[in-house]
Amino acid sequence: MIQLMEKEDAATAADQRNEIVLDTRELNLWYGPEQALKNIALQMSEKQVTAIIGPSGCGKSTYIKSLNRMVEMNPLVRITGQVMFKKRNIFHKNYSVEELRTQVGMVFQKPNPFPKSIYENVAYGPRIHGIRKKKLLDEIVEKSLRDAALWDEVKDRLNENAYGLSGGQQQRLCIARTLSIEPEVILMDEPTSALDPISTLKIEELVQELKQDYTIVIVTHNMQQAARVSDQTAFFLNGEVVEFNDTVTLFSNPNDQRTEDYITGRFG
Amino acid sequence: MKQNTDQMNRMKQRLLLNNLMKHSFLFLTLIALAVLVILIVQVFTQGIGWLDWNFLTSKLSLNPDRAGILGVIVGTILLMVVVGPVTMLLGICTAIYLEEYAKKGRVHSFIQTNISNLAGVPSVIFGLLGLTVFSRMFNLGSSIVAGGLTMSLLVLPIVVVASQEAIRAVPQFLREASYGMGATKWQTIRRIVLPASLPGILTGMILSLSRAIGETAPLVVLGIPVLIMPVPDSLMDDFTALPIQIYYWTLDAVLTAEYANLAAATIIVLLIVLFIMNSAAIFIRNKFQKRY
Amino acid sequence: MANNNLGVKEQIQQNLQKRNKRLMEKAVPLLLFTAAFISVLTTIGIVLTLVFDTFQFFRKVPFWEFFTSTDLSPLGKDPSFGILPLINGTIISSLIAMCVAIPIGLTSAIYLSEYATDRVRKLVKPMMEVLAGIPTIVYGFFAYSFVTPILTYIIPDLGAKNVLSPGIVMGIMIIPLVASLSEDAMSSVPNSMREGALALGATRFEVTLKVIIPAAISGIIASFVLAVSRAIGETMIVTIASGSSKNFTFDITESMQTMTAYIVEFTSGDAGSGTVGYYSLYAVGFTLFFFTLIMNLIAQYISRKFREAY
Repeated sequence: MIQLMEKEDAATAADQRNEIVLDTRELNLWYGPEQALKNIALQMSEKQVTAIIGPSGCGKSTYIKSLNRMVEMNPLVRITGQVMFKKRNIFHKNYSVEELRTQVGMVFQKPNPFPKSIYENVAYGPRIHGIRKKKLLDEIVEKSLRDAALWDEVKDRLNENAYGLSGGQQQRLCIARTLSIEPEVILMDEPTSALDPISTLKIEELVQELKQDYTIVIVTHNMQQAARVSDQTAFFLNGEVVEFNDTVTLFSNPNDQRTEDYITGRFG
Repeated sequence: MKQNTDQMNRMKQRLLLNNLMKHSFLFLTLIALAVLVILIVQVFTQGIGWLDWNFLTSKLSLNPDRAGILGVIVGTILLMVVVGPVTMLLGICTAIYLEEYAKKGRVHSFIQTNISNLAGVPSVIFGLLGLTVFSRMFNLGSSIVAGGLTMSLLVLPIVVVASQEAIRAVPQFLREASYGMGATKWQTIRRIVLPASLPGILTGMILSLSRAIGETAPLVVLGIPVLIMPVPDSLMDDFTALPIQIYYWTLDAVLTAEYANLAAATIIVLLIVLFIMNSAAIFIRNKFQKRY
Repeated sequence: MANNNLGVKEQIQQNLQKRNKRLMEKAVPLLLFTAAFISVLTTIGIVLTLVFDTFQFFRKVPFWEFFTSTDLSPLGKDPSFGILPLINGTIISSLIAMCVAIPIGLTSAIYLSEYATDRVRKLVKPMMEVLAGIPTIVYGFFAYSFVTPILTYIIPDLGAKNVLSPGIVMGIMIIPLVASLSEDAMSSVPNSMREGALALGATRFEVTLKVIIPAAISGIIASFVLAVSRAIGETMIVTIASGSSKNFTFDITESMQTMTAYIVEFTSGDAGSGTVGYYSLYAVGFTLFFFTLIMNLIAQYISRKFREAY
């Protein structure tokens, strides 16, 4: 009993300490005439994993890509509303996308290393941001690869082409690449959908590790994955947030009938 | 029964016709290739006896026995020294602009149409352009620079189109990965897109240079004099190049029959250079084929 | 903490504030545009050059004389400037070239697209590319020193310079162009159409004749038009092997001059700037440019329509 009390106390204390890093307010997004996101409002706390689930075409991928403005690569996109990152609106005209993306990193659905050596892949970020000292770069590469749990596998072949790695290794390399510039937030857009079960497990373990230091948003179509790795979960349907709650509650005791239908596998 | 045999006969006829046509198609195709073989054999038999070390290292002379093409080779090399960098710079920049910056706009389609029309303009017209603009307006005369600039404009479309294809073949996910790291557009182009498309660009570059090496008309129009030219030693010198020398020797074969052999020997040199360049292009294309 | 190595983060943030990076992002597209605009300037340059000096020419030679006179003697005591002999020479040499290039080019395309096995195709196509890559000056030499002497065995009256030999060689040079463009058009006919007809019991030849060629006809015609444009603009072969007599004749065993050859002959001679002869270069060049431009536009129009068909 006392133990349980202590745990609850710790939990509330953690909630208070964790301030909101990403605050989405009334976000609407259109692809041409088609509305893909409707009035999204979500808060993501520091050093928490937020999972975003929902059937394909529900807007979850669009949403995560708008958090670092990658969605704007499509010229047809039009956005209203706000996303506050550390109290600044990322869509404000004075907010440079380059600055945003150094702090909000992204891991993509398909592993997408550059056709360069493993070393150059990780050193790319620091290099483009002006870090040239060989010694510092070496340190960054090693640290990032260690943090991405890849160092032991590749330390002897840093100069080989990244395309010689397996799919799972490539994805961890992409994570290392993201870590190299020390972002605050890591966005992961279905990072395991192209991987085999063992590689998937490794990435999931890695997410648990990274959570110590980073705020993580992960889109997944795999509900078990969401349940395993996340602290809070948002359920998207047709461009809207149907339900947003801590993961345990959302999966054990959903408020909305549609959420229940989805997590019990009745559709999607 | 009769109907059946009729049908059988018609079928036989149709198959016979099919077979006949197949073989005549093959035969006609082979004619073109036979001509290629004849051309090469004829040039080699006529010229190979004249092609020796002396021929490559001596200066031009009226005496066919003493004439060599050292100055001609130097002229061609210096010409490429101008054409190479100018075409590469203009071609790659144009391609990057079209593929990465001006995509799908009016400016894009205007420049694109313009380039494909330029590719269809006869080379002799480029000669007139060079004669008016570079030789006369800029007062470059018939120097290597004038010839090189004229030639650069002529082969520019080849490099642009090849570079565009190479840039287009760089997968979008590589660009996304770079932008996702906070890279700017130019950083992404310079560090990701260009390195990935370099083999394709280089192939196009070599092909355009091999076109420039064999092109004659624009240089003749620039008014390169029919004299025994000394070996050029600066880019502002008058010059002669392999194809021009072939042209003059062929024309003068009416006066001195041996000149035709000199022309043939020079053609061998030209063809070998082209062969090496094209092999290099094929080598690059095969070696760096897509790895993603 | 992730950022116990505070240096990295700080350095990145500092670097992001630098202004020269932002300046670069603005300057680069401008520089690239300037480079891209050179191709436009080239076109403008060509047109202006031709128009300006052609205008000078027509101040001295009446327009109607230029386009109707069959007499061309730019260096005579009493020079006359009729372009008809040149147009005649251009058309006749191109016609001869087409008589060679179209049948052989088209049949090669049919053979490669419909009959050839992959192995044959892999052998023949590179050879076609070699044929296309040989400089025209080499073809000119070949026409003059090999084809003409051979033809003299068949036609004893043939002059050392004549339009027949360069016409034939020009045709051979253009075969790869017709073959590859026509083959592209034919192999882009969907396989389902081919298989449908074959399944009905048609022979390969019948399929080619009744299905493939009709379906690919606009692409094939576009390749012919481009071939004509290429022949009209071709210079060195005719300059070397067809000579420089400005005859207005239809006898293909005689020497004729094309528009391109006239330009080469006149510039490599000593036409002083400012003479009527010098300006006539541009008038002829303009006519040549006009002809090829029209041909290219027609080809583009046809192949654009063709692309919409599927």
